[in-house]
Amino acid sequence: MTTRTSAIAATLLTAAVAFTLAACSSSGSGTETPAAETPSATATAPALEGSITVFAAASLKGTFTELADEFEAANPGTTIELNFAGSSDLVTQITEGAPADVFASADEKNMAKLTDAGLIDAAAPVDFATNVLEIAVPPTNPAGIASFADLAKPEVKTVICAAQVPCGAATVTVEQATGVTLTPVSEESSVTDVLGKVTSGEADAGLVYVTDVIAAGDAVEGIEFPESGEAVNTYPIAPITASKSAKLAQAFVDFVTGSVGQGVLADAGFGKR
Amino acid sequence: MTLEFAAVLRSRGFAVQLTVAAGETVAVLGPNGAGKSTLLGVIAGLIRPDSGRARLNERVLFDLGERGGGRWSRPHQRGVSLLAQDALLFPHLSALDNVAFGPRSAGVPRAESDSRARAWLERVDAVDLAGRKPAQLSGGQAQRIAVARALASEPDLLLLDEPMAALDVSVAPALRRMLRDVLRDRSAIIVTHDVLDAFTLADRVVVLEGGRIVDAGPTRHVLERPSTTFAAGLAGLNRLAGTADTESVVTDAGDRLRVRFTEPVAPGVRVAVAVRPALVAIAVEAPASDDPATNVVAGHVIDLETRGDLVRVRSGTLAADVTPGRVADLDVALGTEVWFSFRAEDALAYPQ
Amino acid sequence: MPSRRRPAYAGVPGWVVVVAVVGAAFVVLPLVAMVTRVNWAEFVPLITSESSVDALWLSLRTSLTATALCVLLGVPMAVVLARTDFWGQKILRSLVLLPLVLPPVVGGIALLYTFGRRGLLGQSFEALGVTIAFSTTAVVLAQTFVALPFLVLSLEGALRTVGTRYEAVGATLGARPTTVLRRITLPLVLPALVSGAVLSFARALGEFGATLTFAGSLQGVTRTLPLEIYLQRETDPDAAVALSLVLVVVAVIVVAVAHQAGESNGFRRRASS
Repeated sequence: MTTRTSAIAATLLTAAVAFTLAACSSSGSGTETPAAETPSATATAPALEGSITVFAAASLKGTFTELADEFEAANPGTTIELNFAGSSDLVTQITEGAPADVFASADEKNMAKLTDAGLIDAAAPVDFATNVLEIAVPPTNPAGIASFADLAKPEVKTVICAAQVPCGAATVTVEQATGVTLTPVSEESSVTDVLGKVTSGEADAGLVYVTDVIAAGDAVEGIEFPESGEAVNTYPIAPITASKSAKLAQAFVDFVTGSVGQGVLADAGFGKR
Repeated sequence: MTLEFAAVLRSRGFAVQLTVAAGETVAVLGPNGAGKSTLLGVIAGLIRPDSGRARLNERVLFDLGERGGGRWSRPHQRGVSLLAQDALLFPHLSALDNVAFGPRSAGVPRAESDSRARAWLERVDAVDLAGRKPAQLSGGQAQRIAVARALASEPDLLLLDEPMAALDVSVAPALRRMLRDVLRDRSAIIVTHDVLDAFTLADRVVVLEGGRIVDAGPTRHVLERPSTTFAAGLAGLNRLAGTADTESVVTDAGDRLRVRFTEPVAPGVRVAVAVRPALVAIAVEAPASDDPATNVVAGHVIDLETRGDLVRVRSGTLAADVTPGRVADLDVALGTEVWFSFRAEDALAYPQ
Repeated sequence: MPSRRRPAYAGVPGWVVVVAVVGAAFVVLPLVAMVTRVNWAEFVPLITSESSVDALWLSLRTSLTATALCVLLGVPMAVVLARTDFWGQKILRSLVLLPLVLPPVVGGIALLYTFGRRGLLGQSFEALGVTIAFSTTAVVLAQTFVALPFLVLSLEGALRTVGTRYEAVGATLGARPTTVLRRITLPLVLPALVSGAVLSFARALGEFGATLTFAGSLQGVTRTLPLEIYLQRETDPDAAVALSLVLVVVAVIVVAVAHQAGESNGFRRRASS
């Protein structure tokens, strides 16, 4: 009985070790190209293959999913894994050792955290898009919002992002620049939550990015306001220094900042860098 | 008339009609599953019958037609108290609060309820237990307090469901004495397995079997002239069914018995013969004497059972209580053929 | 102080103990890991900042209110489920217990469509001048929704265990159903009621998803401690960790109280023996 149990245990252990080794070698195989040391190879280099993981701000979900597909189509043999979350969540994950090769942030502040921590080369980040705030209202705009100042009216239920998150920081900047003080009914911790309150009709208006309004489709109406230019949000992207697939990572960064990437971003409402 | 009751509960094969006079205590006897607890449950309002009607004094307990519609008063509106085998004292209340529960539920102010409760505790000789919680009481103490609690609610009818069954034999006599005292002028129904309860507590006995009443009458009458095997067993009597002849009875097994008739009976009438096992003797050879006053019935021993200082020797039809020495002398064992003999004057015959 | 009774024969296989230790470590280690990350030098200022105190106070207030609501609604629900027999009872019980297994966000969405501005009941409330959206009431509703099953579940179980024998005795002593409930049933299940209420309180205190979806997030109004922790994490991880520790301490106290209440129902066991 004891002998049999230990025999089974030994078999399981061997299998586990074998599996682990196999997993290690397969993940390493893509990175073993000795040419990887050459500085930023041109995007057209035929040697691209393997897999990288891109950590991107949640607001980039639509565009980066599309870009990853196009990149893979243009470079057979490559795989782009995508991980979307709030920029600060991603920073925490990367700091704690998550296997990221590229980081695309929704603001410069979160990118700075990683360059300060030495996880990204200080010179590496490239701004690839901008975004501005827009007022989102439920279809038919029941509260009749027409301007940023309308949001401060007491009878208007306005939902904004909390100051701790990028869209909230931008809101504060606009408030300070215009001198209009909002009295929101809620300060949400994500754009999704702001949009949720608007689409369900709970709120009369919400302040989100123009790209979020476009992505939300018919569920909300967008109202541009000139003061949004006071807080232009800049999106930087950079490869992670420790990436084992530096060449592929850089190639993807170049793809995003190149003409195809910029076209896709512009269609989604992002501004030119 | 205090209680007039008739109810049918088809799912349990229960159909009983019963009356209890004012101040009368009725004992309900019957084998397990006969419907005794169902009877109490229906009277108390805990079980709803398919149909029937019942009145307690002026109050209608229920009046249900064949289709189930009609009046049905709830347990707390009936003036019927139920005392079960377990005392079921409320565990979170002291003995005094348990007894005061009934009066307080009836809206009697606290002080008055407490003094009534104290009086009832005195009646059952448990005043010194007033402050105790049920967990600190013995089974006998708890049952005494349960009696006080049941009576403190001043019920028009008290139902007792084998109140002594869960008690040690050492405490049962004291409780029985106490119950005899409190039940004297009270309308009550007591379900019991113990014929002593029936004799000491009840004025009248009802025998239930299979959900029906099979025998009823004054306690002594029912138990001394049992009309069912069950009642005979309870009363500890041999019961032989047969047909009357002139001066004698022919049993269903074909034996002719000389008996003492309780009343004149015409030949051909169905009768039962009751004989006490203690008055039956046994022998292993056919008795030689031909005394016309002695009956002799042959049989094979199917059971030997020690009862106190006697042994009950049983055949298919008769039982005899004899000394262990006699059993040893005769070398009686299962299957042994024996002759039971008893005198004519000890065989009581009565019509069925 | 009663001495611990030690059973003469324990009969626990050694491997069960080993697995149990692993299980315990799985639960305890993350807490330990969190404690090691607490910035003790800043701990007191972090948890006494205005936003932290507001959040803690709001959490305690709303959780207590929700617990009271749970008792008020849950006791009758448990009594009906345990003491009556009707068609569809099993289905009803499953539905009542649904919030236990439902993701809180789903609960939030459901509440939104019920009590929201355009919800099933919300429209009538709105007409009466009662607004639930973005109010503290919404927080309490969300907490009650998720906490109610805990109370109903533990109380229904206790009611079934206690049985109806005492209640029947009470009725034959002339007590009306209400008197029986008040003087017999509830005292008998009091320990379960207390532990159920404490569990509900704990669940209400930890409620996050439904509140976020349904009530919004505004300091002092709807931003409870879990929401504050979630938000602080964006910019001030130290504050988030410190507040998490506060929540853990409160939860530990609550669980200890609930356990104590469960232990103290000894009289019932003794009485039934």
